Amino acid sequence: MIRLVVNGQARQADVEPEMPLLWVLRDELDVKGPKYGCGIAQCGSCTVLLDGAPVRSCSVPVAAVAGKKITTIEGLAQNGVMHPVQKAWIDHEVPQCGYCQGGQMLAAVSLLQKKPKPTDADIDAAMTNICRCGTYARIRTAIHAAAAAATAKRV
Amino acid sequence: MDKSGIDSRGARSGAEKFGASRSAMGGSGGIGQSVTREEDARFLTGRGRYVADINLAGQAWGVVVRSPHAHAAIRSIDTAAARAMPGVVGVFTAEDLGDDLGTTAVAFKRVRPDGSPIFWRAYPGLARGEVHHVGDPVAFVVAERLDLARDAAEQVLVDYDARCAVGDLEHALAPGAPAAWLECPDNISHVHDIGDRAATDAAFASAAHVVRSRYRVSRVHAQYMEPRAAIGSYDAIDGRFTLYCDAQQPHRVRDILAREIFRIPTGRVRVVGVDIGGGFGGKGPQMLEFRLLLWASRRLGRPVKWQCERSESLLFDEHARDNIHEAELALDAQGRFLALRSHWIANVGAYVSSDRNIQASFQNTPGMVGVYDFPTAHVRFTCVLTNTPSLAPYRGAGRPEASYVIERLIDDAAAQLGMDRVALRRRNILSPAQLPKVTALGYHYDCGEFERCMDMALEMGDWNGFVARREASRARGLLRGIGLSNPIERAASPGMEYAEIRFDTRGRATALMGSKNHGQGHETAFKQVLATHLGMAAADIDYVDGDTDRVAFGVGTFGSRSAVTAGTALVIAAGKVIEKGRLIAAHLLEAASGDVTFEAGTFRIAGTDRQVSLKEVAIAAFQPERLPAGVEPGLFENGMFSPEDNTYPYGAHVCEVEIDPQTGTLEIVRYVVADDVGTVINPLLVKGQIHGGIGQGGGQVLMERVVYDPETAQLMTASFMDYAMPRAADFCDIEIAGIEVPTDRNLLGVKGAGEAGAVGAVPALMNAIIDALAPLGVTEFEMPATPERVWRAIQTAPRQP
Ligand code: FES
Ligand code: FES
Repeated sequence: MIRLVVNGQARQADVEPEMPLLWVLRDELDVKGPKYGCGIAQCGSCTVLLDGAPVRSCSVPVAAVAGKKITTIEGLAQNGVMHPVQKAWIDHEVPQCGYCQGGQMLAAVSLLQKKPKPTDADIDAAMTNICRCGTYARIRTAIHAAAAAATAKRV
Repeated sequence: MDKSGIDSRGARSGAEKFGASRSAMGGSGGIGQSVTREEDARFLTGRGRYVADINLAGQAWGVVVRSPHAHAAIRSIDTAAARAMPGVVGVFTAEDLGDDLGTTAVAFKRVRPDGSPIFWRAYPGLARGEVHHVGDPVAFVVAERLDLARDAAEQVLVDYDARCAVGDLEHALAPGAPAAWLECPDNISHVHDIGDRAATDAAFASAAHVVRSRYRVSRVHAQYMEPRAAIGSYDAIDGRFTLYCDAQQPHRVRDILAREIFRIPTGRVRVVGVDIGGGFGGKGPQMLEFRLLLWASRRLGRPVKWQCERSESLLFDEHARDNIHEAELALDAQGRFLALRSHWIANVGAYVSSDRNIQASFQNTPGMVGVYDFPTAHVRFTCVLTNTPSLAPYRGAGRPEASYVIERLIDDAAAQLGMDRVALRRRNILSPAQLPKVTALGYHYDCGEFERCMDMALEMGDWNGFVARREASRARGLLRGIGLSNPIERAASPGMEYAEIRFDTRGRATALMGSKNHGQGHETAFKQVLATHLGMAAADIDYVDGDTDRVAFGVGTFGSRSAVTAGTALVIAAGKVIEKGRLIAAHLLEAASGDVTFEAGTFRIAGTDRQVSLKEVAIAAFQPERLPAGVEPGLFENGMFSPEDNTYPYGAHVCEVEIDPQTGTLEIVRYVVADDVGTVINPLLVKGQIHGGIGQGGGQVLMERVVYDPETAQLMTASFMDYAMPRAADFCDIEIAGIEVPTDRNLLGVKGAGEAGAVGAVPALMNAIIDALAPLGVTEFEMPATPERVWRAIQTAPRQP
């Protein structure tokens, strides 16, 4: 039995320790926000935050994250209020098919935690998730907007 | 605001904006406005529902056993060991399928070079004695869990007798090449001609200049981020199949399954399309797994789910492009185009299961004469069989190739004849006064201001200032190039689509649409159409698509058609709502219906303040005592639309690249687009589509490629480790402006926007790359422009930087 903290809730799963976190979340715990895109840590659709840092859950054995705090896209909004990154994503109409966007937003949240005012180069370096719908330009814009909104709030 | 925003740029350059006043008609949230999307809240909180997210009670899992050989006879299949594996509930081969399943078929009457009929073979349900490409389905294993099904699949023992195979187009045509099918030794499925061969040959014979080039358009995969998935379920009590799938055309999936595969009444199949993680043409209606899942569900008495892995996706999904062009341009002494002649050699893979699999080789190719005035043209197609998966439409489906050929050929001609690229285009571009026009390859262009669009893009991209930028790059040791393309594409070809507006007894409406959304933002756009035409707020409308039991009819989303066909069907349905509503309103207002007007959601007696809302009228429609005599109760109206002719969106792309000759790395440093997609329903959505198209067209030019070993036909690029995908850092911001020249071929004036980006990007980017390499004497370069290939081209160039 492996214990996890998923979006603030204590959860447990009776699975093999090497089972990838992605499949534990999706198939055992019914947390469907992380998506399968490649299974080899190349696309980022399966991104979750592990103690605040983005990881590609398809390539993380569940035993390696026992007891750690996992945030999926379902856990980003707090008390029904969307995270500033989610708001920026809506305002700038980032998604097309939506499939990659959970992973994109979690990667963006982590970037903004490390670099509250990222440059375009910072964004290009940190945002390595694939979006086949080609929403990259809007992701960039939305990250800048979320950064600006956070700064405005602090002032 | 969107950073690619046309608005600010448009103001600076004096260009018109998308969503200009002409189309920003009526009501809030209406046509022409940058309304943000309805569906985003769902997607952004992890509540999008894709097939893989759905599980049905009692469901088992299916895994397809696929051939490791590119071409082989099957001596025997031993399933005993697999059947004995834990959790296995069924292992099926062609023998088990028997005659239960029919196949799809090619309808086109084509011929081979000797006049014999076209050679085609549809996929049988599972291989019958032979396999013809790596990944060809051989057996279907069903187990309680996916992992158990996978383990069992490995125990299916197939005894193959391997044959020689052919994995590549050029190899397939070489003398003595192995045959992809033993019955077709020359590997030629069929040939086909369009245009006027005699007139074209005559024009070439008398031309002052003839320019010849050979271009190769690589093989790519649509690479939707959501790999395909489906669940099949059979209800033995009512004898009906239900399929959950991610196909772009749910109604067509139903029709094919009912008519051609199971040969049962259409009503016995229900197809439910949920959220789709991208399709781009690739998620077509005839995918083989659908029938296997439904068949197995009937056999086993429980639902069966299948979920494709990325590598399996590369092994078996339909691929795209993969063609060679031997193109020739005839010009007179002044540089006027006299004729275009081209040989389009297309890889059609091993299985041609229906017209879909040869679609890219005929349907969109007349675009090869582009926006230019050609007196005559002729294209010959040779469609070649190889031991590779089928080919099918993908973002443009032949349009990017057509545009690539003409736009590269013009650049090559300019270089060879010492002419300016822009001036050569300008000399031959069709003027508005020449429209409407039937082109030399048979398209019927209705309207457009091609030169104006080109000029807009040249100005946005500061074409004239390029020389200075090239010098500045050179000073930094970099090669800089600029490219232009003037793409035009056939969109929204004749074909039906359906829309229905259904009111309930409380006056709330549901829009039921026959075209399936898969990322384009249909829900938002179609609610905007209803805001304009019925004055309804988005919040007052429920939206349904993709479920063939709920939507009476549908064709689907492909070929840049939904705004034109479904949008117009919706306008027609709205018109019927107003027509019937007017009768009811007149009765409620005690007026003659001729005196009642409708505007912004309200019926009014003209010139008075006596009025009643559409909602109130809809409620009254379900109260017979409030209806005038002879008016049937209820308010359910539908619309069907089939355009009489194609629309022709077009535009101009200007792209600038910088290459580091030391490493071959390439950066897109500037990208601008001026487009005319007719009336713009929602600028945000249109620009998103253009971004996406450029991402895919650009990805193909820069890095993407499906590679088969030419001799063994083994797939060399079966994962994202080998198949490079474009990411954020590969693109600069894209600046988009547009003009709106509405077409009168539909009620909305829309032309279609889904494919435009890809069609323009492939030639514009390659023209820029060749321009960057031109000072070194490089005149030929084939995609993909990976650093290694660019570096090699520089190393072997006649001159060094
Ligand atoms: S599914 Fe994990 S990175 Fe692609
Ligand atoms: S929105 Fe479709 S893959 Fe990113």
